[in-house]
Amino acid sequence: MTLILFYVFSAVAIGGALGVVLAKSPVGSLLFMVATLASLAGTFVLLEAHFLAAIQIIVYAGAIMVLFLFVIMLLNLGHDYQKDIKGGVFGILSFVVIGLMAGLLARQFSGGGGFAEGPGGVAIDAAIQEHGVVGAIAQPLYTTYVVPFEITGILLLVAIVGAIVLAKRRVN
Amino acid sequence: MITEALVLSAILFVLGTFGVLVRRNAIIMFLCIELQLNAVNLSFVAFSRMVGIEGQIFVFFVMTVAAAEAAVGLAIIISIFRHYETVNVNNFNLLKW
Repeated sequence: MTLILFYVFSAVAIGGALGVVLAKSPVGSLLFMVATLASLAGTFVLLEAHFLAAIQIIVYAGAIMVLFLFVIMLLNLGHDYQKDIKGGVFGILSFVVIGLMAGLLARQFSGGGGFAEGPGGVAIDAAIQEHGVVGAIAQPLYTTYVVPFEITGILLLVAIVGAIVLAKRRVN
Repeated sequence: MITEALVLSAILFVLGTFGVLVRRNAIIMFLCIELQLNAVNLSFVAFSRMVGIEGQIFVFFVMTVAAAEAAVGLAIIISIFRHYETVNVNNFNLLKW
């Protein structure tokens, strides 16, 4: 059952990714990206990463994609339907990409070894049982990884200041 | 399940790279970079089923960095658009020699 669901989400994610690459207008590209992100959140749920699935929807599909949409609307690029795909490079690269994917799929479905669940899966399930879905990730985040977590705050502050300085109109 | 997730992740990463190399619209190139970041996130989550919760914590950090990168990158695109009136990267040749 989970495997069937996983394949459904994978199909939507790959279709959405193709849409992102091939859509003519930036808005269409963006909406395909939202579909990809939502189905990736579904795969996160199937891999027992419920908190990450939630912030994938809230932060990625909700906030970052709306930021992109704001910029597209601000610069009035919604009608930008000009063909911007490079011809020659497109032909060569699409052969490479299709070949890579075919190789990957062939390797996967010819039963060439696989990755099995290790002790990590058991540990995560136990942590979810003990601390809950959010607690399982919050416990190590606020103890072992508290310094990187605080540095993340500084990074976001620098990004906010940098974005304002870069996008601000120069007033003479 | 983990193998399938890794295959999906590889396919999404390749598609993202393809988009960055092929498209000339700066915003769509950014979206393709986000696609690559998401593909890597998926492999981190898949490997967290083998190794432990650290993979999921790293995905959290990747998402934060992606948010910061999107904010700064879009600000750069806005200031470039003010100057050139376009977001097609073929027109940005200041650093080209």
